[in-house]
Amino acid sequence: MERVYGTMADIKMPQLGESVTEGTLSKWLKQPGDAVDKYEPLAEVITDKVTAEIPADVSGYMEKIMVSEGATVSVGTVLCRIREIDNTENSVLKSASLSDAEDKSIPNGAHPNGAQVVARTTSQLGGETASSPRYSPAVLRSAQDHGIDLREVSGSGEGGRITRKDVLRRIEARKVSANTDTTGGIPETLLSTPVFPSGNVQLASEEIQLQTEAERHEQVSSPALEDVKIVFPTPLRRIIAKRMVESKHTAPHAWTMVEVDVTGLVSLRTQIKQDFKRKEGIDLTYLPFFIKAVTDALKAYPMLNSAWVEDKIHMYQRINISVAVATDDALAVPVIHDADRLSIVGIAHALNELVAQAHSGRLSVHDVAGGTFTVNNTGAFGSVLSAPILNGGQAAILSVEKIVKRPVVIQESIAIRSMVNLSLSLDHRLLDGWIVGQFLQAVKERVESFREGLLIY
Amino acid sequence: MAIKQYIDAIRDALFEEMKRDERVFVLGEDVGVRGGVFRATTGLYEAFGEDRALDFPLTESAIVGISIGAAAAGMIPVAEIQFADFILPAVNQIISEAAKIRYRSNNEWSSPIVIRAPYGGGIHGGLYHSQSVEALFTHVPGLKVVTPSTPYDAKGMLKAAIRDPDPVLFFEHKKLYRLLKEEIPEEDYVVPLGKAAIRVEGEDITVLSYGYALHLVLEAAQQLAQEGISSHILDLRTLRPLDDDAILEAVKKTGKILIVHEDNKFHGIGAEVSALIAEQAFFDLDAPIARLAGPEIPAMPFSPVLEREYQLTVDKVAQAMRALARF
Repeated sequence: MERVYGTMADIKMPQLGESVTEGTLSKWLKQPGDAVDKYEPLAEVITDKVTAEIPADVSGYMEKIMVSEGATVSVGTVLCRIREIDNTENSVLKSASLSDAEDKSIPNGAHPNGAQVVARTTSQLGGETASSPRYSPAVLRSAQDHGIDLREVSGSGEGGRITRKDVLRRIEARKVSANTDTTGGIPETLLSTPVFPSGNVQLASEEIQLQTEAERHEQVSSPALEDVKIVFPTPLRRIIAKRMVESKHTAPHAWTMVEVDVTGLVSLRTQIKQDFKRKEGIDLTYLPFFIKAVTDALKAYPMLNSAWVEDKIHMYQRINISVAVATDDALAVPVIHDADRLSIVGIAHALNELVAQAHSGRLSVHDVAGGTFTVNNTGAFGSVLSAPILNGGQAAILSVEKIVKRPVVIQESIAIRSMVNLSLSLDHRLLDGWIVGQFLQAVKERVESFREGLLIY
Repeated sequence: MAIKQYIDAIRDALFEEMKRDERVFVLGEDVGVRGGVFRATTGLYEAFGEDRALDFPLTESAIVGISIGAAAAGMIPVAEIQFADFILPAVNQIISEAAKIRYRSNNEWSSPIVIRAPYGGGIHGGLYHSQSVEALFTHVPGLKVVTPSTPYDAKGMLKAAIRDPDPVLFFEHKKLYRLLKEEIPEEDYVVPLGKAAIRVEGEDITVLSYGYALHLVLEAAQQLAQEGISSHILDLRTLRPLDDDAILEAVKKTGKILIVHEDNKFHGIGAEVSALIAEQAFFDLDAPIARLAGPEIPAMPFSPVLEREYQLTVDKVAQAMRALARF
């Protein structure tokens, strides 16, 4: 159904990346009736491996959702409709002509059958308010108390608003017709039109249910309620939570770790870092060296650069390294595309740029799209051992732990060496210990090959 | 039964109470020989003598202060403040003494005084004879604030106020004094304080009001009835304590609430009533609570044109009621 006042804006599935032709609507962040500010996220959409938020192009109210959660639709499909906020005085007439293709050709007031126009408009007003978002507390309560679906109620209030009396009348009418009319007098069009998601009333009660469930949960397993502060996560946090659960649930994680002697790498970095800073303008960290070692090893063991997708193994032909970057409130995973084609310096620059963008929240869709293997710099926060969760759509993830000096037995003597642990989680559906072990050995050898005097350009 | 004006009802109540209980006496400016500038105390001096109808100098602090003292000594004073505008010099006595004495003395002392004061505008009284001061006092625990809107209530509530064991501010809208006539029973009766009254039963909108504004609401409701809009009208009558139950009942009746008063809106009675409704009847609301009140300017202007602009009128009230009914 069309709204009778305010201009409509269609929000379409955007092109989220060059090769992307379709996207999956993962979650609606707004429901019909919700106020929407321009640029405010309306929904989360997942393409191959990226989750992006669809922003509103205009300010107004969410009118209608046209694609359900979980549905995959092609680029350009209308996802939802937003009623723009405007102050149209002659809204009824205006929309009567806008809302119906048939009426479009007929100028206002020039309808051959004036009465018909009025009748149509009125019925639209009535039907219209059935999805009107602005229900008063009294309307919502009586609707809930009596199990009234407000979409079935026509509004007599200002702008077609459903008033409390409209609901009471509906309750009365239903009592009268209960014996004779099983549909409760719902117009046929309403019965045959699939409307979703469920109306606001149901949503409201779901919310209440959720709340009470949460409360019950707290009472059972948490400290006294007054000691708990409830925080509503940001949409991004919710995406992270969802993706983590998905990954942990779908991919059987196995885990392994190697110790790597990075004494040579440490001296190399110490030797060149000042020069590097002067020449390149950025700090030289250890991470580019590890990424370089990983890309080299991935070339030798391409099975690590793949994913298990619906009982098939997707072997990625490019090596795009996802790098987990923790910000204050979230986790961003920007991607160094074609990392295998970059020198250590090139990786350092790419990394520097992506981290800066992540911290300022300016990562583009492209920046986070297309990762094939993840390197996780857990050493940055002092970890020496971690069991990372796989990044969705990837077969493995490597954590580079903190470099620490340790006594190490070399042949028959004990030496002080700079050591690092490399932890790797793998999707055991397609990877086994044998191949992963070889891969890690390759990484280890490559990292241990870095030593003073080596050229990094 | 006899048909009485509001001012007669006040005078009758005073007369009957003074006759009933010899502790009752009136005091104020010109309440004795002159019988009050509005003639509310006419005949009391003659009937009860100069000891029970005391003329006072233009010192409201003394009128109230001495009332408090007399009450402490066992008397029941009914003080008249000639215009509510002049009550301000006595605010210290009212708020810091009368309102607190029972609490401060751990129930040993009390202050059963009544302070009558004509308030409100519309009689070309200008800045200093038109003010609505009721909201200033409704904030104070220990006080009762009443504003009867009919002759019947004026008499019954004044009697109740005189018999009340604690201080009562009795505000009489001066425009009502000679505007209304009503049949009043001959026999003794009281109208309890703290009880609101349903003036009209209706189904579309609920209007809460008091004082002179209530009569504008009643008149507007008659107009609206012809347009098919049915109004439920509650006269608050007592502003402190509010009749919570009656207010919430009236809210449930229609879910659409308009509060009307002549006093300005900000921190006015409407604010407290709105808050009460929002706190306790949120799920009965079918529209945002609406308030119609005087403008936020320092005083009722003297110019007749401006005075009319300042004041509520039937048209203004009807407009607000229609808007709410439409919502």
